[in-house]
Formats: sequence, structure tokens, C-alpha cells
Amino acid sequence: MSGEEFVPLSLTPMLIGVLAAVACALPGNFLVLRKQALIGDAISHVVLPGIVVAFLITGVVAAAPMMLGAAGAALVSVVMIEAIRRLGNIEPGAAMGLTFTTLFAAGVLLLEQSDTSSVHLDVEHALYGNLESLIWLDAIGWSSLLDPVALAGLPPELGRVVVALLGVCVFLWLFWRPLVLSTFDESFAQAMGIATNRLGVALVMVAALAAVAAFDAVGSIIVIAMFICPPAAARLMTNRLERQVAWSVVFAVLSAVLGYVIAGYGPLWLGFDNAVSAAGMIATVSGIILALAACFAPHRHRSGAPAV
Amino acid sequence: MFWNALTLQLGYNATLVTIGATLLGIAAGVTGTFLYLRKRALVSDAISHATLPGVGIAFMLMVLLGGDGRALPGLLLGAAVSSWIGLLCVSWLTRFTRLSEDAAIGAVLSVFFGFGIVLLTVIQTMGAGRAAGLEGFLLGSTAGMLFNDALVIAGGGALTLLAVVILRRPMTLLAFDPEYAASRGVNVGRMDLAIMALALAVTVIGLKVVGLILIVAMLIIPPVTARFWTERTDHMILISGLCGGLAAWIGAAMSAVAPAMPTGPIIVLSSFALFVLSLLLAPNRGVLAVYLRHVRFQRRVHMRQGLLALAQGQPIYEGFTLRLLQRAGLAQADGVATDAGRARAAKALRDEKRWELVRADQAFESAAALYDGLRDIETVLTGDQISEIDQRIGGPQGVTS
Repeated sequence: MSGEEFVPLSLTPMLIGVLAAVACALPGNFLVLRKQALIGDAISHVVLPGIVVAFLITGVVAAAPMMLGAAGAALVSVVMIEAIRRLGNIEPGAAMGLTFTTLFAAGVLLLEQSDTSSVHLDVEHALYGNLESLIWLDAIGWSSLLDPVALAGLPPELGRVVVALLGVCVFLWLFWRPLVLSTFDESFAQAMGIATNRLGVALVMVAALAAVAAFDAVGSIIVIAMFICPPAAARLMTNRLERQVAWSVVFAVLSAVLGYVIAGYGPLWLGFDNAVSAAGMIATVSGIILALAACFAPHRHRSGAPAV
Repeated sequence: MFWNALTLQLGYNATLVTIGATLLGIAAGVTGTFLYLRKRALVSDAISHATLPGVGIAFMLMVLLGGDGRALPGLLLGAAVSSWIGLLCVSWLTRFTRLSEDAAIGAVLSVFFGFGIVLLTVIQTMGAGRAAGLEGFLLGSTAGMLFNDALVIAGGGALTLLAVVILRRPMTLLAFDPEYAASRGVNVGRMDLAIMALALAVTVIGLKVVGLILIVAMLIIPPVTARFWTERTDHMILISGLCGGLAAWIGAAMSAVAPAMPTGPIIVLSSFALFVLSLLLAPNRGVLAVYLRHVRFQRRVHMRQGLLALAQGQPIYEGFTLRLLQRAGLAQADGVATDAGRARAAKALRDEKRWELVRADQAFESAAALYDGLRDIETVLTGDQISEIDQRIGGPQGVTS
């Protein structure tokens, strides 16, 4: 395919998909190891009410208030889960399910009741995202990558996802050792003087940051899938955390690129004339990767378990 | 208008939908109780999201076979099959790989849901307009529901409820003590599967009414609510069913009045309102009850310590203690004991001495085990026993300097 077609139409969506996938997969490694994988699920559900409330308060569909609203909602949900768990002495899974369904329901109801018909804000958009529409209209070919005028016309989502990814990387780089320690041996980490509770909340907040930035661009399905599938598949590949993180990045990039290409061009190859949902296809590819890993990966069994 | 809907006077279809939703709510609450007690509440999340590809495939198959594509029984059958596959994936991943259950649930729900979205976009390109009903499965809508659909929902809810009633004994056994259940001849694996199948049935039947994203709430919130009110399983099942039914009834009635409002969110929010009420007001486990218990305990400790201080002639610096004593008429504002206060203080000091003897004496071992520094000794020992101890202490002696 020629650069004139690829760069404006497919390069930026693909890049955003890849970056969002990596930004979610990195904290996902720790969430999966800490058995908090479903926190990602909960966060991506509560982002919707946050965005709706931000819209109702400010009255505009702008990035900054919505990111703030979504981050606020993530914080509210974490506090609510913890409060319900402690006040009611309820098991964490049920508290989580209760919280995110309620907040999501509230978001849907607010959305339906308020006048959002004039703006591009609806539940389907929140779920599927609009990856395909993040095109780079100013580009005319590969040469545009060096053209400052054209670069100024890049979709703003790209910048936000880059910032989120950088934030995630900086967090992991700064807190790598304490995070690893508190993930594998919490009491030892406490004995070493690490504030494990605060670190846990920080991890969830970083995950929320990644989720919100990715959600803005690609919708919540990818967010959940990328939090869990690449790290889970990577977990089956190796016993070393560094390698697991590397594998998860590889898998995330692979699912984003393959998913986007199959969704965009697959139907054309098969003779249909319409593309299918890129977000859904990326999630599907990540699932196929996980399925392959679960069948063939070298470390798929529990250590100590007999090889069946 | 809303009242009419609540009392089922809003036409035949609306009535049927309301009854169906209520039956479904009861079935969900009852089934959810077992999921909750088995600590697998979130498996239902995987089940519900995994229904979407089935709905899509069923729609496509029915269209390819020349049918309408929106026939509810067919769509529900597809949903049941694909969520069953999802369930098998979750249990396969947790059993045969090192992944924990939460990772398996998350992976299955996101992948199946993503694939379902892909299928939905395919359907949208198949024939314009014909897929209009499928979005309703995401968030649920009872508006424009056909008579037959309502019948399917009501019948399915009733059947699920019946199945739960029949299986409740072995499922209760399993929820509390799987080993014991196995030793009593319950097939644990199969019974676990039965619980999941019931949850699946509720999910599939509820798809049209509540939508697949929020149906989880009907399985999770009522049992959590019921848990506040009771310590007994059979009561919990009843209360949970009641809460679920009530929330679904209110939700369905409200959406019969305002067809634009999605049913699912209203049902979930009414359910949540019941939960918050229970969290605050439930006796024994509610927040208010716990707080009151704490305040009462605090008072007893302060009172006791204040009386002992009075008896030993020590000054009281604690403001709260002093206020309590003053309010009970046992001390004056400056901390000097009144006559009544002196009497109570002497009694408190004597009780301390009695407890001391009781705890030193092997014969009173069982009574001594109840000592917590606050309990009145009369509530533990008989009058005869107390007078026996008093004899050992001897007559009243003046408080020495």
C-alpha cells in the first residue's frame, strides 16, 4: 500500500492503538500478579459516569475536564469499593461488582436524561471507541512525518496517549523495586519499610490514568482486554518478571497491529466492502494470543503441578 | 401513572413485562445468593459479557436461514451457548494453566465482548435497519417488547426459580462446606456447574430486560443486601429474592411509564438504594447499629473507670467521664462524688475485688472466662455464689489513705 493512503488513514489510529495497548499492558502485569485483574474492568466501567458528570458540569466535550472527571470517578470507585468492603465486611469481588455496576448504571441514566444529542457522547462510543476516526488529515505521505505544519494537525488523542504511556513508564521505573517486592511478598516489603497500601493505591491510580487516556481514544473494551490478556499470556511464557513485562509489551503491540489490520483490511480481502470494529478485533486478537499461550506456552502450568 | 404501573394497571403487555421482570429479579436474587456464598460473584460478569457473540451469531444464522433475525428465543439460545463456552473457558484457564480466576474472568469477558462487538459491526453492514433491536441487549429495554418475548421472560424466570427451589439444599451445603457436601454424596463438581447454569439462565433471560452489562448487578447486589439482615442461609435466600424482585418491579414499572428510560440502570439503582438502606440501618451488621454499639461500649468503659476513680478518691480529669457521671447524678461538676455516686463507687470497687477472687479460683473457671472488666458480676454468678465470695472478702473495710 502506498504512503499517501497509509499515513493519513491508518498510521495514527494504529499508533494510538499500539501506544494505548502498551500503556494498559504495563500496569496490567502487576494487576494480574496481585490478583487484582478485575480492577481494570471496574475502572473502565466507572470512567463513563466520570466523563458524563464532567460534561454536565462544564457543558463542553473537551479533553481536560473529561480526563479529570474520569480520573475522579476512578478514585471514587476505589474509595467506594474499599468503604463497602470494610463497612459491610463484604468480600472484595462482590464489593467491586456492586460498585462498578452501580456507577455505570448511574452514568447511563445521566447520559440518557441529559441533552447530549448535540455532542458526540453516547454509551456505544464509550464501549467501542472511535479508533477508526482518529485520522491524520494533514498528512500526504511519509514525508509529512518531517513536516511541522502537517505534524501540528495530528489528532490530540495521540499526544494524550503518549503522555499517559510516559507517565506509566516513569512510575514503573521509579517504583520498580518496591512494586516487585510488595507484589511477591507483601509482609517482607512492609518489613523493609515500604508503604505497601499507598503503593497499591498508586498502582491503581496509574492504571486508571492509562485507562482514561486509552478510553478516550479507543473505548473501554480494549482497555479491559489490554489490562489482562497480554500480561496473562506473558505470565505463561516465563518465570521472570522482567521477561514477562517484555513479553506483555510484545503481545500488546502484536494484538494492536494485527487487530487493526484485520479489522480494517480483512473484510476487504474477503470481498466485503465494510471494515469491522477495530477495538473489538484488537480485543479478539489478544484473546487468540492468550489462547495460544494457554495451549503451548512453556510455563503454562502451575509450578509443581504435574505436566498433564 | 407510576402508581398505575406499580399496581399493574397499565395494559396487558406492560403488566406481563412487569411480572416477568419481577420473577426474573427474584430468581436472580436467589441464584446470586449461592454465587455470593461460594465467593464467585464475579464469574457472572464473565457469563454476561460472553453472551454477546452468541447473540450476534444467532442473529446472523437466523437471517441466513431466511428468518427475522430478531426472534427472542433464538437469540437467547445463542446467548446461552456462547456464555456456556465462556464459562468453560474460565474454568479451563483456571484449572489447566497457572492463571488465577480473576485473570481468567477478565480475559474471557473482554475477549468475548470484543468479538461480539466485531460481530455487531458485521451485522450492521449486512442489512440496514434490521439490527436495530440488538443494541437493546447492551443496556436492556422493555419498550416495544412483543407479547411472546414477555412470555419467554416470565416463563424463564419462573422455571429458574423452580429449579433453585428444588436444588436449594445441596447448593446450601456446597456453599458452606464442600468437603462435607461431598461426604454426604453431593456431586460437588456437578452442583457447582448447576449453580453456574442457573446464573447463566438468569443472565440470558435478563439480557433483554436489563442488558448484558448490568445483569451482573442483579446477581450481586441483592445477596450482599440480604447478608446484612440475617445470619441464616434460608432467610438470606428469601430476603435476597425479595430485594431482587422489588428492585426489578420498581424498575420495570418506571420504564413502563417512561419508555425512553433504559430499564437496566433503573433496576440497578433501585437495587443499590436498597443496599445503602441496609448498609446503614440493618440491625446488628448495619453501620448505624455498629456505631451505636461502639458508643454504648465507650460509655460503659468511661462510667466504670470513673466509678473506680471515685471509689479510690482519685481526681477525674477526663471530660467525657465527668460529664457522664454528672448526668447520672453520681458526681458534681467539680468531680466530687454525690451520695449516690459514693454508693455506686463502693459497689464497683467491691465488684472488682469479687472478680479478683473469682478469677483466682479454679471453681469459678467458667464464670472467670466471661471477665472483660465491664460485666456486672450479678449477671454471671448467682446470689449464693456472690455471698460466698463476700464471706471470703470479709466485712467492709475503710478505704485506707
